[in-house]
Amino acid sequence: MSVTPVSPAAGGTPAAAPGRTAFRAQNPWVSYLLRRGMYFVISLFVLVTVSFLLVQLIPGDPARISAGENAPPEVIEARRIQLGLDKPVIVQYLTFWVGLFTGDMGESITSRMPVLDVILSRAPATLELALAAVAIALVLAVCLGLFFGAITRGGRRHGVEVGFTSVSAIVAVIPEFLAGVILVYLFAVNMDILPVAGRSGLESYLLPVIALALGPTASLTRIVRAETLTVLQQDYVRTARAKRMPAVRLYGKHVLPNLLTSTLTISGLLLGSMIAGTVLVENIFAWPGLGGVIVESIQNQDYPLVQGIIIFYGALVLLINLIIDIVLILLDPRTALDTS
Amino acid sequence: MTTARRLLAALRTPLGVLALLACGTLLFLTLFAPAIWGERAAVTDTTQISQPPSDEHLFGTDGSGRDILLRTLAATQLSVSMALMATVAGVLSGVLVGLLPLILGGRAGRWIVAGINIGVAFPGLLLAIAFSVILGQSGTAATLAIAIAMLPNYGRLTHNLAASVWGRDYISAARVLGVPTWQIVLRHVLPNVRDPLLVNAAITAGGALVSFAGLSFLGLGIQVPQYDWGRMLNEGVSRIFVTPAAALVPGIAIILAGLTFVLLGEILGKALTPDTHRSLSSRVLRRLRAQTAENETEPAGVPAPFAEDSVLAVRNLRVCAPHGRDDVRTLVDGVSFDVARGEIVGVVGESGSGKSLTLMSMAGLLDPSLHVSADAARFDGEDLTLRAGGHPASLDHHFGKRMAMVFQDPMSSLNPALHVGSQVAEAGLLHLGMNRREAREAAIERLEAVRIPDAERRYGQYPHEYSGGMRQRAMIAAGLMGKPSLILADEPTTALDVTVQAEILTLLRRINEEDGTAIMFVSHDIAVVTSLCTRVLVMYRGRLVEDISSEDLRAGRAAHAYTRALMDTVPTMTTPRGEPMASIPDEADFSGGGDGCAAGRAAGVEVVRGDADAAMRGDAERLDGDVERTSDPLVQEEKR
Repeated sequence: MSVTPVSPAAGGTPAAAPGRTAFRAQNPWVSYLLRRGMYFVISLFVLVTVSFLLVQLIPGDPARISAGENAPPEVIEARRIQLGLDKPVIVQYLTFWVGLFTGDMGESITSRMPVLDVILSRAPATLELALAAVAIALVLAVCLGLFFGAITRGGRRHGVEVGFTSVSAIVAVIPEFLAGVILVYLFAVNMDILPVAGRSGLESYLLPVIALALGPTASLTRIVRAETLTVLQQDYVRTARAKRMPAVRLYGKHVLPNLLTSTLTISGLLLGSMIAGTVLVENIFAWPGLGGVIVESIQNQDYPLVQGIIIFYGALVLLINLIIDIVLILLDPRTALDTS
Repeated sequence: MTTARRLLAALRTPLGVLALLACGTLLFLTLFAPAIWGERAAVTDTTQISQPPSDEHLFGTDGSGRDILLRTLAATQLSVSMALMATVAGVLSGVLVGLLPLILGGRAGRWIVAGINIGVAFPGLLLAIAFSVILGQSGTAATLAIAIAMLPNYGRLTHNLAASVWGRDYISAARVLGVPTWQIVLRHVLPNVRDPLLVNAAITAGGALVSFAGLSFLGLGIQVPQYDWGRMLNEGVSRIFVTPAAALVPGIAIILAGLTFVLLGEILGKALTPDTHRSLSSRVLRRLRAQTAENETEPAGVPAPFAEDSVLAVRNLRVCAPHGRDDVRTLVDGVSFDVARGEIVGVVGESGSGKSLTLMSMAGLLDPSLHVSADAARFDGEDLTLRAGGHPASLDHHFGKRMAMVFQDPMSSLNPALHVGSQVAEAGLLHLGMNRREAREAAIERLEAVRIPDAERRYGQYPHEYSGGMRQRAMIAAGLMGKPSLILADEPTTALDVTVQAEILTLLRRINEEDGTAIMFVSHDIAVVTSLCTRVLVMYRGRLVEDISSEDLRAGRAAHAYTRALMDTVPTMTTPRGEPMASIPDEADFSGGGDGCAAGRAAGVEVVRGDADAAMRGDAERLDGDVERTSDPLVQEEKR
């Protein structure tokens, strides 16, 4: 190498003092996190308010529902005072908030158990199911989508492309509850090799997790493949190709990181809908999570329980979105900080 | 093509026929199934409880002895009509809410957008369940709940589409003219966002059908004695061990109906979006390949021998691209040239003249849909095979060692997700047998050599932390990791400021002088090329029209009319100021006869002269065969 280095002043922008750059790099992060946190808090506030209003809008008298259909008037009145329903709505609303912060979400009308206890005892099963399915969907979709994107790039293997597009479209249409029914039929009824219901042992997780992850995996794989094709058209991939590297390095190091940001951005909604999907899957597999409880409590008009569970699900979805956004700026600080 | 003709064309494809059949069947069942089979489906036969499939009952009977198939058919009406009603209500209110921010503007508009954004965060099914708490458990309630759940999503889609139209000139013009906002929205915005909304409505309807079935399945939708597919599934699942068909048949009906809506969306998408990619049909491709293979075994003439001191040489290079289904465009037509050791050769020509294609085909970096062939090619004393549709394998071991590339746009040519330093060091790891530490040290040394200040720290920064000129220098540094005898530079200064341009040119000249590296420098800027290069190749419409030394060019000794016209457009210090700048009129033709690609012509393929640059850049999407990305409504839907 005979090209000699020359003093920086001759050729380039003078470097900023390290301290100043560090400060500047930190500043947008803090403001981004503050803004994102703010959005989370506002959404949470809306969620709680709407859940509170839901119950106010239920037709019929909550005190009568709570006391029982045939209860004498004085019992209903006593119940009304006990539940604080005689107070103005705004007072009830504030009491509701205070209750949330002190861990008092009221008690179930049917079982008389504290709502928080019901949620805490049932939530782990729902969380396990949802997290396992989300993790599997993400990992599988990224691997499969990258693979199919790579082998069908530039219009290659038209047959594979057609096959992939049609199969994934069909699988993506199958909703989680149908996937569940079909899986039960195939593996539990027909072959009798996997448990059909309940949560006991590792093999009982298999069918519910597959049922929940199947459709979203197909949709996500399609997205990842489309994103792969987009990334493969970028100039920096041509630069990487000009360096003549093994395919594994090209796809793993140069394509994958660029793929993850866009894929995660798009998949936020899909992952959120998987949380809601647990309700259906749990009802098929008699999974001891919150999914069975919420349906039952809606039918029983057990409104404190409905309220609590809706807040739980909503907060979970918001949390997932928050986590995705934070992962996104960790993966690619530039896009997240620029667009915010 | 008009929308109607595209729709007809889309319907004539196998997928279109399938969509037509599926939609027709679904429509027929929705309208008439209960009238035809409703009564027989309701018959309970206590002697026929939970029977397996038989001639009388094709899929058997359910727990009350009712025929499963007939019930499933009869349930179509309720399942589909409820989903359609929910879709209509959800889409209409979503469009309204999505347009309101534009009509209201200001603070109210922003509040609505904020509300939509919060609503979108919550999955539709959760919203539907929440609202069924208030609305109660019935078919109507579930329909309303699904419509409400659809609203934020559709509102956001409408808002995003409308907001993108809102900035267009014709809207501004209407606003300046004082047209009321609501009228602008109705007359100018809505028609322009209609198509994507329609495509999405079809897919949304499929989603509504599935959601509705889900609510009914949970017992929150249709109630006994009425039944839809979800309700049947609800009843069937509990008896799945006895009569699996009672759950599976309505389940399959849900999937088929859902697919019908997806198909409908697909066809609508095809009809409503302009034509996208068509790859070279395999028939034409086979003929082209056969022709090329023939050419290779029986060369048309003996190619001119290569010069002894040439580092890169090619004879009769041709690049063809697909055009329509059966046609071929010739983008580079019989180009031959030599680049001598230590020489700087410029390639000039207007956009689409094939100069970048020539360079890229030598580097083996062309889009796979393009067809490349040459009678002979040689790099650094080694014969090359210019394989069509891929890298020339024989070049691979030269890259990073004896050959380097610099691309046009330093903004997009560096990977935004990786540190600049590691991208520079990569060649060392890949081709020079360095370990990570050695590669890092070498990369820092090269970064310093191209005058990146504070290279040690800059090594660990991302491309977006570099200025445009620094990125281009980093690209050059990556090329210098080995000891290249040739640098292929594709318009390396086009995207840069004039001052930065000068820096890069100085750097390239210095590398050439000090290391004796030959440079092939593609540019449309003839002034830059004449000042930097020793020799200039002039390309016009895919052909090499002149190979001339810079001195002769500067002295006005160009032989070809196009070269002279090109030189006349360069302003000098003596160019009169008041007069308009010289330019080459669009309709000017310097080609003087000649026709298309030999391979294409011999293969009996109609040859069309094409725009090489469009093929390489603007139409890259079209040429790359990425059909799905542009026309798959499901993916577009998911991308939202």
